[in-house]
Amino acid sequence: MIKDITIGQYFPGKSFIHKLDPRIKIISTFAFIIYLFVSNTFTGLIVGGIFALLCYLIAKIPLKIIFRSLKPIVPIIIFTAVLNMFFMEGDVLWQWRFIKITSQGIRTAIFMCIRIVFLIIGSTLLTYCTSPIALTDAIERLLKPLAKIKMPVHELAMMMTIALRFIPTLIEETDKIMSAQKARGADIETGGIIQKAKALIPILIPLFVSSFRRADELAMAMECRCYHGGEGRTRMKQLRYCARDIFAVIAFTALFTITILLNIYASGL
Amino acid sequence: MNTVNIDNKNETENLIECKDVFFRYDNSEEQKEVLGGVSLNIKKGEFLAILGHNGSGKSTIAKHMNAILVPTQGTVTVEGISTADEEKLFDIRQHVGMVFQNPDNQIVATIVEEDVAFAPENLGIEPSEIRQRVDHALKAVNMYEYREHAPHRLSGGQKQRVAIAGIIAMRPDCIVLDEPTAMLDPIGRREVMATLKDLNQKYGITIVIITHYMDEAAQCEKIVVMNGGKIIMKGAPKEVFSHVEELKKVGLDVPQVTELMWELKKEGYNVPTDIITEEECIEVISNLLSEKI
Repeated sequence: MIKDITIGQYFPGKSFIHKLDPRIKIISTFAFIIYLFVSNTFTGLIVGGIFALLCYLIAKIPLKIIFRSLKPIVPIIIFTAVLNMFFMEGDVLWQWRFIKITSQGIRTAIFMCIRIVFLIIGSTLLTYCTSPIALTDAIERLLKPLAKIKMPVHELAMMMTIALRFIPTLIEETDKIMSAQKARGADIETGGIIQKAKALIPILIPLFVSSFRRADELAMAMECRCYHGGEGRTRMKQLRYCARDIFAVIAFTALFTITILLNIYASGL
Repeated sequence: MNTVNIDNKNETENLIECKDVFFRYDNSEEQKEVLGGVSLNIKKGEFLAILGHNGSGKSTIAKHMNAILVPTQGTVTVEGISTADEEKLFDIRQHVGMVFQNPDNQIVATIVEEDVAFAPENLGIEPSEIRQRVDHALKAVNMYEYREHAPHRLSGGQKQRVAIAGIIAMRPDCIVLDEPTAMLDPIGRREVMATLKDLNQKYGITIVIITHYMDEAAQCEKIVVMNGGKIIMKGAPKEVFSHVEELKKVGLDVPQVTELMWELKKEGYNVPTDIITEEECIEVISNLLSEKI
Protein backbone atom coordinates (compact mmCIF):
# COMPACT_ATOMS: atom_id res chain seq x y z
CA MET A 1 0.00 0.00 0.00
CA ILE A 2 2.76 2.36 1.00
CA LYS A 3 4.55 1.56 -2.25
CA ASP A 4 1.88 3.33 -4.28
CA ILE A 5 3.13 6.74 -3.22
CA THR A 6 4.63 8.48 -6.20
CA ILE A 7 6.80 11.51 -6.03
CA GLY A 8 5.67 14.32 -8.19
CA GLN A 9 2.83 13.48 -10.49
CA TYR A 10 4.68 12.81 -13.66
CA PHE A 11 2.61 11.49 -16.57
CA PRO A 12 5.07 9.95 -19.01
CA GLY A 13 4.37 10.93 -22.59
CA LYS A 14 5.87 12.01 -25.85
CA SER A 15 3.88 15.14 -26.62
CA PHE A 16 5.20 18.50 -27.76
CA ILE A 17 5.07 19.77 -24.18
CA HIS A 18 6.85 16.71 -22.81
CA LYS A 19 9.64 17.14 -25.30
CA LEU A 20 10.23 20.80 -24.54
CA ASP A 21 13.53 21.60 -22.94
CA PRO A 22 12.96 21.39 -19.16
CA ARG A 23 14.69 24.72 -18.71
CA ILE A 24 12.17 26.35 -21.03
CA LYS A 25 9.37 24.66 -19.11
CA ILE A 26 10.56 26.00 -15.77
CA ILE A 27 11.04 29.49 -17.15
CA SER A 28 7.64 29.40 -18.88
CA THR A 29 5.96 28.31 -15.67
CA PHE A 30 7.44 31.28 -13.87
CA ALA A 31 6.49 33.48 -16.80
CA PHE A 32 2.94 32.19 -16.61
CA ILE A 33 2.73 32.99 -12.89
CA ILE A 34 4.03 36.49 -13.55
CA TYR A 35 1.54 36.80 -16.39
CA LEU A 36 -1.36 36.01 -14.04
CA PHE A 37 -0.25 38.67 -11.62
CA VAL A 38 0.47 41.26 -14.27
CA SER A 39 -2.83 41.00 -16.07
CA ASN A 40 -5.61 42.93 -14.36
CA THR A 41 -8.42 42.30 -16.80
CA PHE A 42 -10.80 39.37 -16.85
CA THR A 43 -10.15 38.87 -20.53
CA GLY A 44 -6.44 38.68 -19.82
CA LEU A 45 -6.96 36.03 -17.18
CA ILE A 46 -9.30 34.00 -19.34
CA VAL A 47 -6.86 34.12 -22.26
CA GLY A 48 -4.17 32.82 -19.91
CA GLY A 49 -6.50 30.09 -18.66
CA ILE A 50 -7.37 29.00 -22.18
CA PHE A 51 -3.68 28.95 -22.98
CA ALA A 52 -2.99 26.69 -19.98
CA LEU A 53 -5.86 24.35 -20.86
CA LEU A 54 -4.62 24.20 -24.42
CA CYS A 55 -1.26 23.06 -23.07
CA TYR A 56 -3.05 20.31 -21.11
CA LEU A 57 -4.76 19.17 -24.32
CA ILE A 58 -1.48 19.16 -26.24
CA ALA A 59 0.26 17.25 -23.44
CA LYS A 60 -2.70 14.80 -23.39
CA ILE A 61 -3.08 15.15 -19.62
CA PRO A 62 -6.63 14.13 -18.63
CA LEU A 63 -8.57 17.24 -17.61
CA LYS A 64 -10.15 15.60 -14.59
CA ILE A 65 -6.66 15.60 -13.06
CA ILE A 66 -7.10 19.35 -12.73
CA PHE A 67 -9.93 18.87 -10.24
CA ARG A 68 -7.75 16.54 -8.21
CA SER A 69 -4.98 19.10 -8.00
CA LEU A 70 -7.45 21.85 -7.09
CA LYS A 71 -9.05 19.96 -4.23
CA PRO A 72 -6.43 20.70 -1.57
CA ILE A 73 -6.54 24.44 -2.22
CA VAL A 74 -10.34 24.84 -2.05
CA PRO A 75 -10.11 26.25 1.54
CA ILE A 76 -7.59 28.84 0.38
CA ILE A 77 -9.86 29.85 -2.49
CA ILE A 78 -12.86 30.21 -0.17
CA PHE A 79 -10.82 32.14 2.36
CA THR A 80 -9.56 34.57 -0.30
CA ALA A 81 -13.04 34.98 -1.73
CA VAL A 82 -14.60 35.73 1.66
CA LEU A 83 -11.92 38.19 2.64
CA ASN A 84 -12.19 40.08 -0.60
CA MET A 85 -15.97 40.03 -0.66
CA PHE A 86 -16.58 41.45 2.79
CA PHE A 87 -13.70 43.76 3.36
CA MET A 88 -13.58 45.72 0.15
CA GLU A 89 -14.72 49.35 0.18
CA GLY A 90 -17.02 50.49 -2.60
CA ASP A 91 -20.65 50.65 -3.69
CA VAL A 92 -22.64 48.78 -1.07
CA LEU A 93 -25.00 46.16 -2.45
CA TRP A 94 -26.13 44.55 0.77
CA GLN A 95 -25.52 45.35 4.38
CA TRP A 96 -26.26 43.74 7.73
CA ARG A 97 -24.86 45.60 10.73
CA PHE A 98 -21.13 45.93 10.04
CA ILE A 99 -21.03 43.25 7.32
CA LYS A 100 -21.40 44.61 3.85
CA ILE A 101 -20.95 43.38 0.34
CA THR A 102 -19.78 45.75 -2.33
CA SER A 103 -19.82 45.27 -6.07
CA GLN A 104 -16.08 45.91 -6.15
CA GLY A 105 -15.71 43.24 -3.48
CA ILE A 106 -17.53 40.65 -5.55
CA ARG A 107 -15.51 41.54 -8.62
CA THR A 108 -12.19 41.23 -6.78
CA ALA A 109 -13.26 38.00 -5.10
CA ILE A 110 -14.11 36.36 -8.41
CA PHE A 111 -10.96 37.77 -9.96
CA MET A 112 -8.72 36.44 -7.23
CA CYS A 113 -10.36 33.01 -7.30
CA ILE A 114 -9.84 32.69 -11.03
CA ARG A 115 -6.26 33.85 -10.62
CA ILE A 116 -5.50 31.23 -7.95
CA VAL A 117 -7.19 28.44 -9.89
CA PHE A 118 -5.23 29.25 -13.05
CA LEU A 119 -2.07 29.57 -11.00
CA ILE A 120 -2.45 26.01 -9.76
CA ILE A 121 -3.50 24.69 -13.15
CA GLY A 122 -0.51 26.30 -14.84
CA SER A 123 2.16 25.36 -12.35
CA THR A 124 1.08 21.74 -11.84
CA LEU A 125 1.38 21.18 -15.58
CA LEU A 126 5.15 21.49 -15.10
CA THR A 127 5.29 18.47 -12.79
CA TYR A 128 2.78 16.54 -14.87
CA CYS A 129 4.89 16.57 -18.00
CA THR A 130 8.47 16.87 -16.70
CA SER A 131 10.16 13.98 -14.92
CA PRO A 132 11.77 14.83 -11.56
CA ILE A 133 15.19 13.99 -12.99
CA ALA A 134 14.75 16.35 -15.91
CA LEU A 135 13.62 19.01 -13.47
CA THR A 136 16.67 18.54 -11.26
CA ASP A 137 18.91 18.65 -14.28
CA ALA A 138 17.29 21.83 -15.54
CA ILE A 139 17.50 23.49 -12.14
CA GLU A 140 21.20 22.68 -11.96
CA ARG A 141 21.82 24.21 -15.34
CA LEU A 142 19.63 27.24 -14.78
CA LEU A 143 21.33 28.02 -11.47
CA LYS A 144 24.81 27.41 -12.82
CA PRO A 145 25.69 31.12 -13.00
CA LEU A 146 25.15 31.24 -9.23
CA ALA A 147 28.06 28.83 -8.77
CA LYS A 148 30.31 31.81 -9.48
CA ILE A 149 29.17 33.44 -6.27
CA LYS A 150 29.94 30.20 -4.40
CA MET A 151 26.41 28.81 -4.38
CA PRO A 152 26.71 25.01 -4.10
CA VAL A 153 24.57 24.44 -7.18
CA HIS A 154 26.02 21.10 -8.19
CA GLU A 155 25.86 19.79 -4.63
CA LEU A 156 22.20 20.78 -4.33
CA ALA A 157 21.36 19.04 -7.58
CA MET A 158 23.29 15.95 -6.50
CA MET A 159 21.38 15.90 -3.23
CA MET A 160 18.10 16.11 -5.08
CA THR A 161 19.08 13.30 -7.44
CA ILE A 162 20.14 11.04 -4.59
CA ALA A 163 16.98 11.87 -2.65
CA LEU A 164 14.86 10.96 -5.67
CA ARG A 165 16.85 7.79 -6.16
CA PHE A 166 16.48 6.67 -2.55
CA ILE A 167 12.86 7.55 -1.91
CA PRO A 168 11.52 4.25 -3.34
CA THR A 169 14.27 2.32 -1.55
CA LEU A 170 13.47 3.92 1.78
CA ILE A 171 9.73 3.47 1.31
CA GLU A 172 10.32 -0.22 0.72
CA GLU A 173 12.50 -0.34 3.80
CA THR A 174 9.85 1.42 5.91
CA ASP A 175 7.39 -1.18 4.77
CA LYS A 176 9.73 -3.96 5.86
CA ILE A 177 10.45 -2.38 9.25
CA MET A 178 6.72 -1.88 9.82
CA SER A 179 6.06 -5.53 9.10
CA ALA A 180 8.93 -6.56 11.34
CA GLN A 181 7.65 -4.44 14.23
CA LYS A 182 4.11 -5.66 13.69
CA ALA A 183 5.40 -9.22 13.84
CA ARG A 184 6.87 -8.32 17.23
CA GLY A 185 3.49 -7.11 18.40
CA ALA A 186 3.76 -3.40 17.71
CA ASP A 187 0.41 -1.68 17.39
CA ILE A 188 0.64 0.99 14.75
CA GLU A 189 -2.90 1.52 13.56
CA THR A 190 -5.02 2.04 16.67
CA GLY A 191 -5.10 4.77 19.31
CA GLY A 192 -5.18 8.54 19.30
CA ILE A 193 -2.78 10.86 17.60
CA ILE A 194 -0.26 10.80 20.44
CA GLN A 195 -0.29 7.03 20.65
CA LYS A 196 0.13 6.76 16.89
CA ALA A 197 3.03 9.19 16.97
CA LYS A 198 4.64 7.18 19.74
CA ALA A 199 4.16 4.00 17.75
CA LEU A 200 6.20 5.56 14.94
CA ILE A 201 9.35 5.75 17.06
CA PRO A 202 10.25 2.05 16.71
CA ILE A 203 9.86 2.48 12.95
CA LEU A 204 11.78 5.71 12.53
CA ILE A 205 14.81 4.78 14.60
CA PRO A 206 15.77 1.66 12.61
CA LEU A 207 15.04 3.61 9.44
CA PHE A 208 17.44 6.38 10.47
CA VAL A 209 20.16 3.96 11.49
CA SER A 210 19.95 2.09 8.22
CA SER A 211 19.88 5.34 6.23
CA PHE A 212 23.14 6.38 7.80
CA ARG A 213 24.67 3.04 6.92
CA ARG A 214 23.40 3.40 3.38
CA ALA A 215 24.80 6.91 3.14
CA ASP A 216 28.17 5.66 4.30
CA GLU A 217 28.26 2.88 1.72
CA LEU A 218 26.97 5.14 -1.04
CA ALA A 219 29.68 7.68 -0.29
CA MET A 220 32.31 4.96 -0.57
CA ALA A 221 30.85 3.64 -3.81
CA MET A 222 30.78 7.18 -5.22
CA GLU A 223 34.40 7.71 -4.27
CA CYS A 224 35.29 4.46 -5.98
CA ARG A 225 33.79 5.91 -9.11
CA CYS A 226 36.02 8.93 -8.87
CA TYR A 227 33.39 11.38 -7.66
CA HIS A 228 35.02 14.60 -6.57
CA GLY A 229 32.29 17.20 -6.74
CA GLY A 230 31.08 19.22 -9.69
CA GLU A 231 34.47 20.47 -10.77
CA GLY A 232 35.59 19.14 -14.15
CA ARG A 233 32.51 17.01 -14.44
CA THR A 234 30.87 16.47 -17.81
CA ARG A 235 27.39 15.17 -18.57
CA MET A 236 26.37 12.41 -20.91
CA LYS A 237 23.09 14.05 -21.84
CA GLN A 238 23.46 17.62 -22.98
CA LEU A 239 20.45 19.88 -23.00
CA ARG A 240 20.05 21.75 -26.24
CA TYR A 241 17.41 24.28 -27.23
CA CYS A 242 15.71 23.43 -30.49
CA ALA A 243 12.96 24.72 -32.76
CA ARG A 244 10.10 23.76 -30.49
CA ASP A 245 11.64 25.66 -27.61
CA ILE A 246 11.82 28.77 -29.75
CA PHE A 247 8.19 28.23 -30.65
CA ALA A 248 7.29 28.10 -26.94
CA VAL A 249 9.12 31.36 -26.33
CA ILE A 250 7.23 32.99 -29.21
CA ALA A 251 3.91 31.74 -27.85
CA PHE A 252 4.68 33.24 -24.47
CA THR A 253 5.77 36.55 -25.95
CA ALA A 254 2.48 36.70 -27.84
CA LEU A 255 0.57 35.94 -24.65
CA PHE A 256 2.34 38.74 -22.79
CA THR A 257 1.71 41.20 -25.59
CA ILE A 258 -1.99 40.44 -25.45
CA THR A 259 -2.27 40.99 -21.72
CA ILE A 260 -0.27 44.19 -21.75
CA LEU A 261 -2.46 45.54 -24.53
CA LEU A 262 -5.55 44.46 -22.61
CA ASN A 263 -4.26 46.11 -19.45
CA ILE A 264 -3.79 49.37 -21.28
CA TYR A 265 -6.83 49.51 -23.54
CA ALA A 266 -9.50 47.46 -21.80
CA SER A 267 -8.89 47.96 -18.11
CA GLY A 268 -12.64 47.98 -17.40
CA LEU A 269 -13.39 44.52 -18.74
CA MET B 1 47.62 3.56 -20.13
CA ASN B 2 49.66 0.52 -19.30
CA THR B 3 53.10 1.69 -18.38
CA VAL B 4 55.66 -0.98 -19.01
CA ASN B 5 58.37 -1.10 -16.43
CA ILE B 6 61.46 -2.44 -18.16
CA ASP B 7 63.67 -2.41 -15.09
CA ASN B 8 61.69 -5.02 -13.30
CA LYS B 9 60.10 -7.68 -15.39
CA ASN B 10 58.15 -9.18 -12.55
CA GLU B 11 56.32 -5.95 -11.91
CA THR B 12 54.93 -5.65 -15.42
CA GLU B 13 53.05 -8.88 -15.00
CA ASN B 14 51.57 -8.02 -11.66
CA LEU B 15 48.64 -5.64 -11.75
CA ILE B 16 48.30 -5.33 -8.01
CA GLU B 17 51.11 -6.02 -5.57
CA CYS B 18 50.59 -6.15 -1.85
CA LYS B 19 53.89 -6.31 0.01
CA ASP B 20 53.83 -7.25 3.64
CA VAL B 21 50.69 -5.24 4.37
CA PHE B 22 49.77 -4.51 7.97
CA PHE B 23 46.63 -2.63 8.82
CA ARG B 24 44.77 -1.59 11.91
CA TYR B 25 41.77 0.66 12.27
CA ASP B 26 42.54 3.81 14.22
CA ASN B 27 39.40 3.81 16.25
CA SER B 28 39.33 0.17 17.28
CA GLU B 29 39.58 -0.21 21.02
CA GLU B 30 41.60 -3.36 21.04
CA GLN B 31 44.74 -2.54 19.09
CA LYS B 32 44.46 -5.67 17.06
CA GLU B 33 45.94 -5.92 13.62
CA VAL B 34 43.22 -6.56 11.02
CA LEU B 35 45.89 -7.44 8.51
CA GLY B 36 49.08 -8.97 9.79
CA GLY B 37 51.56 -9.05 6.94
CA VAL B 38 49.69 -9.92 3.78
CA SER B 39 51.71 -10.35 0.60
CA LEU B 40 49.73 -10.98 -2.53
CA ASN B 41 50.37 -10.45 -6.22
CA ILE B 42 47.54 -10.30 -8.68
CA LYS B 43 48.44 -10.83 -12.30
CA LYS B 44 46.71 -9.29 -15.28
CA GLY B 45 43.77 -11.30 -16.54
CA GLU B 46 43.50 -13.42 -13.41
CA PHE B 47 40.22 -14.58 -11.91
CA LEU B 48 40.89 -14.76 -8.22
CA ALA B 49 38.69 -15.57 -5.24
CA ILE B 50 39.47 -14.53 -1.69
CA LEU B 51 37.91 -16.79 0.92
CA GLY B 52 37.71 -16.39 4.65
CA HIS B 53 35.13 -16.26 7.39
CA ASN B 54 33.96 -13.05 9.06
CA GLY B 55 36.79 -10.99 10.47
CA SER B 56 39.48 -12.76 8.49
CA GLY B 57 40.49 -9.47 6.86
CA LYS B 58 39.29 -10.36 3.38
CA SER B 59 37.23 -7.19 2.89
CA THR B 60 40.00 -5.10 4.39
CA ILE B 61 42.58 -6.34 1.90
CA ALA B 62 40.09 -5.72 -0.91
CA LYS B 63 39.68 -2.12 0.20
CA HIS B 64 43.45 -1.72 -0.01
CA MET B 65 43.38 -2.55 -3.69
CA ASN B 66 41.85 0.74 -4.78
CA ALA B 67 43.15 2.98 -2.04
CA ILE B 68 40.01 3.18 0.07
CA LEU B 69 42.31 2.06 2.84
CA VAL B 70 46.04 2.65 2.96
CA PRO B 71 48.29 0.19 4.81
CA THR B 72 49.72 1.26 8.16
CA GLN B 73 52.83 -0.70 7.23
CA GLY B 74 53.95 -2.22 3.94
CA THR B 75 52.92 -1.14 0.45
CA VAL B 76 50.21 -1.77 -2.08
CA THR B 77 50.96 -0.83 -5.67
CA VAL B 78 48.57 -0.78 -8.61
CA GLU B 79 50.31 -0.72 -11.99
CA GLY B 80 53.40 0.43 -10.18
CA ILE B 81 51.62 3.32 -8.46
CA SER B 82 51.63 3.22 -4.68
CA THR B 83 48.18 3.59 -3.15
CA ALA B 84 49.69 5.93 -0.56
CA ASP B 85 50.24 8.50 -3.33
CA GLU B 86 47.20 10.72 -2.89
CA GLU B 87 47.77 12.63 -6.10
CA LYS B 88 47.36 9.48 -8.13
CA LEU B 89 44.17 8.45 -6.28
CA PHE B 90 41.88 8.79 -9.29
CA ASP B 91 44.36 7.00 -11.54
CA ILE B 92 44.33 4.05 -9.17
CA ARG B 93 40.55 4.05 -8.90
CA GLN B 94 40.26 4.10 -12.68
CA HIS B 95 42.48 1.05 -12.91
CA VAL B 96 40.80 -0.86 -10.13
CA GLY B 97 37.03 -0.56 -9.76
CA MET B 98 35.16 -1.80 -6.76
CA VAL B 99 31.70 -3.34 -6.43
CA PHE B 100 30.07 -3.76 -3.04
CA GLN B 101 27.65 -6.15 -1.43
CA ASN B 102 24.44 -4.16 -1.51
CA PRO B 103 23.58 -3.06 -5.05
CA ASP B 104 21.01 -0.58 -3.71
CA ASN B 105 23.69 1.43 -1.97
CA GLN B 106 25.92 1.95 -4.97
CA ILE B 107 23.46 3.13 -7.58
CA VAL B 108 23.39 6.90 -7.66
CA ALA B 109 21.02 7.91 -10.42
CA THR B 110 17.34 7.27 -11.05
CA ILE B 111 17.83 5.83 -14.53
CA VAL B 112 20.07 2.86 -15.33
CA GLU B 113 22.06 4.54 -18.11
CA GLU B 114 22.54 7.73 -16.11
CA ASP B 115 24.00 5.68 -13.32
CA VAL B 116 26.41 3.90 -15.62
CA ALA B 117 27.43 7.32 -16.95
CA PHE B 118 28.24 8.54 -13.44
CA ALA B 119 31.89 7.48 -13.34
CA PRO B 120 32.86 8.72 -16.83
CA GLU B 121 31.05 11.99 -16.08
CA ASN B 122 33.19 12.36 -12.97
CA LEU B 123 36.28 11.78 -15.08
CA GLY B 124 35.29 14.65 -17.36
CA ILE B 125 35.01 12.62 -20.54
CA GLU B 126 33.39 14.02 -23.69
CA PRO B 127 29.60 13.40 -23.84
CA SER B 128 29.74 11.40 -27.09
CA GLU B 129 32.48 9.18 -25.69
CA ILE B 130 30.45 8.68 -22.49
CA ARG B 131 27.49 7.55 -24.58
CA GLN B 132 29.68 4.94 -26.30
CA ARG B 133 31.15 3.71 -23.05
CA VAL B 134 27.74 3.45 -21.40
CA ASP B 135 26.27 1.48 -24.28
CA HIS B 136 29.29 -0.79 -24.39
CA ALA B 137 29.26 -1.36 -20.61
CA LEU B 138 25.54 -2.14 -20.56
CA LYS B 139 25.92 -4.59 -23.43
CA ALA B 140 28.87 -6.25 -21.69
CA VAL B 141 26.72 -7.05 -18.65
CA ASN B 142 23.70 -7.85 -20.79
CA MET B 143 21.54 -5.04 -19.44
CA TYR B 144 21.27 -2.90 -22.55
CA GLU B 145 17.52 -3.39 -22.91
CA TYR B 146 17.04 -2.02 -19.42
CA ARG B 147 18.96 1.19 -20.02
CA GLU B 148 15.95 3.45 -19.49
CA HIS B 149 14.52 1.61 -16.50
CA ALA B 150 14.44 2.85 -12.93
CA PRO B 151 16.96 0.89 -10.83
CA HIS B 152 14.53 0.21 -7.99
CA ARG B 153 12.32 -1.80 -10.31
CA LEU B 154 15.09 -4.25 -11.22
CA SER B 155 15.87 -7.54 -9.50
CA GLY B 156 18.87 -7.88 -7.20
CA GLY B 157 20.98 -9.62 -9.84
CA GLN B 158 20.10 -7.00 -12.42
CA LYS B 159 20.95 -4.17 -10.04
CA GLN B 160 24.30 -5.75 -9.27
CA ARG B 161 24.98 -6.05 -13.00
CA VAL B 162 24.16 -2.35 -13.39
CA ALA B 163 26.63 -1.63 -10.60
CA ILE B 164 29.24 -3.67 -12.45
CA ALA B 165 28.48 -1.79 -15.67
CA GLY B 166 28.98 1.45 -13.75
CA ILE B 167 32.52 0.29 -13.02
CA ILE B 168 33.23 -1.06 -16.51
CA ALA B 169 32.36 2.35 -17.95
CA MET B 170 35.59 3.60 -16.37
CA ARG B 171 37.48 1.03 -18.50
CA PRO B 172 39.29 -0.49 -15.52
CA ASP B 173 41.91 -3.23 -15.74
CA CYS B 174 40.59 -4.92 -12.66
CA ILE B 175 37.32 -5.17 -10.77
CA VAL B 176 37.34 -6.04 -7.09
CA LEU B 177 34.00 -7.33 -5.82
CA ASP B 178 33.29 -7.48 -2.11
CA GLU B 179 30.76 -10.28 -1.64
CA PRO B 180 28.74 -9.16 -4.66
CA THR B 181 26.35 -12.08 -4.45
CA ALA B 182 25.72 -12.17 -0.70
CA MET B 183 22.36 -10.41 -0.96
CA LEU B 184 21.14 -12.10 -4.12
CA ASP B 185 18.92 -15.08 -4.80
CA PRO B 186 20.37 -18.14 -6.58
CA ILE B 187 19.33 -16.86 -10.01
CA GLY B 188 20.89 -13.46 -9.35
CA ARG B 189 24.06 -15.15 -8.15
CA ARG B 190 24.33 -17.19 -11.30
CA GLU B 191 23.74 -14.10 -13.47
CA VAL B 192 26.47 -12.16 -11.71
CA MET B 193 28.99 -15.01 -11.86
CA ALA B 194 28.27 -15.57 -15.55
CA THR B 195 28.77 -11.85 -16.21
CA LEU B 196 32.08 -11.84 -14.34
CA LYS B 197 33.38 -14.86 -16.25
CA ASP B 198 32.37 -13.23 -19.50
CA LEU B 199 34.16 -10.00 -18.61
CA ASN B 200 37.24 -11.96 -17.68
CA GLN B 201 37.34 -14.06 -20.81
CA LYS B 202 36.07 -11.63 -23.45
CA TYR B 203 37.60 -8.40 -22.26
CA GLY B 204 40.53 -9.68 -20.23
CA ILE B 205 39.45 -7.77 -17.13
CA THR B 206 41.11 -9.03 -13.98
CA ILE B 207 38.51 -10.12 -11.45
CA VAL B 208 39.03 -10.36 -7.71
CA ILE B 209 35.95 -11.70 -5.97
CA ILE B 210 35.49 -11.96 -2.26
CA THR B 211 32.93 -14.55 -1.41
CA HIS B 212 31.86 -17.10 1.09
CA TYR B 213 30.11 -19.30 -1.42
CA MET B 214 32.44 -22.18 -2.12
CA ASP B 215 30.71 -23.03 -5.38
CA GLU B 216 31.59 -19.59 -6.70
CA ALA B 217 35.17 -19.87 -5.53
CA ALA B 218 35.41 -23.24 -7.28
CA GLN B 219 34.70 -21.51 -10.59
CA CYS B 220 37.72 -19.21 -10.22
CA GLU B 221 41.24 -19.76 -11.48
CA LYS B 222 42.90 -19.22 -8.18
CA ILE B 223 41.88 -19.09 -4.54
CA VAL B 224 43.42 -17.24 -1.64
CA VAL B 225 42.27 -18.31 1.82
CA MET B 226 42.58 -15.84 4.66
CA ASN B 227 42.32 -16.27 8.38
CA GLY B 228 43.11 -13.88 11.21
CA GLY B 229 44.53 -11.25 8.87
CA LYS B 230 46.94 -13.61 7.16
CA ILE B 231 46.96 -15.65 3.99
CA ILE B 232 46.98 -19.31 4.96
CA MET B 233 46.53 -20.96 1.59
CA LYS B 234 46.94 -20.04 -2.04
CA GLY B 235 46.43 -22.05 -5.17
CA ALA B 236 44.12 -23.50 -7.78
CA PRO B 237 40.66 -24.52 -6.49
CA LYS B 238 41.43 -28.22 -6.75
CA GLU B 239 44.55 -27.78 -4.69
CA VAL B 240 42.95 -25.61 -2.03
CA PHE B 241 39.79 -27.62 -1.64
CA SER B 242 41.68 -30.86 -1.21
CA HIS B 243 42.72 -29.56 2.23
CA VAL B 244 39.29 -30.21 3.65
CA GLU B 245 40.33 -30.46 7.28
CA GLU B 246 42.39 -27.30 7.30
CA LEU B 247 39.56 -25.35 5.71
CA LYS B 248 37.10 -26.67 8.28
CA LYS B 249 39.45 -25.59 11.03
CA VAL B 250 39.24 -21.96 9.93
CA GLY B 251 35.47 -22.10 9.71
CA LEU B 252 35.13 -22.60 5.98
CA ASP B 253 33.35 -25.22 3.96
CA VAL B 254 34.33 -26.94 0.77
CA PRO B 255 32.03 -27.43 -2.22
CA GLN B 256 29.45 -30.11 -1.52
CA VAL B 257 30.91 -32.49 -4.08
CA THR B 258 34.38 -32.21 -2.57
CA GLU B 259 32.95 -32.93 0.85
CA LEU B 260 31.13 -35.99 -0.50
CA MET B 261 34.35 -37.33 -2.01
CA TRP B 262 36.18 -36.64 1.22
CA GLU B 263 33.59 -38.54 3.27
CA LEU B 264 33.71 -41.45 0.81
CA LYS B 265 37.47 -41.55 1.08
CA LYS B 266 37.21 -41.62 4.85
CA GLU B 267 34.92 -44.62 4.54
CA GLY B 268 37.62 -46.39 2.61
CA TYR B 269 36.50 -45.93 -0.97
CA ASN B 270 39.17 -45.25 -3.54
CA VAL B 271 38.10 -41.85 -4.86
CA PRO B 272 40.08 -38.73 -5.74
CA THR B 273 39.56 -35.81 -3.32
CA ASP B 274 40.34 -32.99 -5.70
CA ILE B 275 36.92 -32.89 -7.28
CA ILE B 276 35.12 -29.57 -7.44
CA THR B 277 32.46 -29.83 -10.11
CA GLU B 278 29.27 -31.83 -10.20
CA GLU B 279 30.16 -33.38 -13.56
CA GLU B 280 33.37 -34.84 -12.20
CA CYS B 281 31.52 -36.10 -9.17
CA ILE B 282 28.89 -37.86 -11.26
CA GLU B 283 31.60 -39.55 -13.29
CA VAL B 284 33.46 -40.79 -10.24
CA ILE B 285 30.34 -42.12 -8.56
CA SER B 286 29.06 -43.87 -11.66
CA ASN B 287 32.49 -45.49 -12.08
CA LEU B 288 32.37 -46.52 -8.45
CA LEU B 289 28.93 -48.04 -8.88
CA SER B 290 29.84 -49.93 -12.04
CA GLU B 291 32.91 -51.34 -10.28
CA LYS B 292 30.67 -52.70 -7.54
CA ILE B 293 28.39 -54.42 -9.99
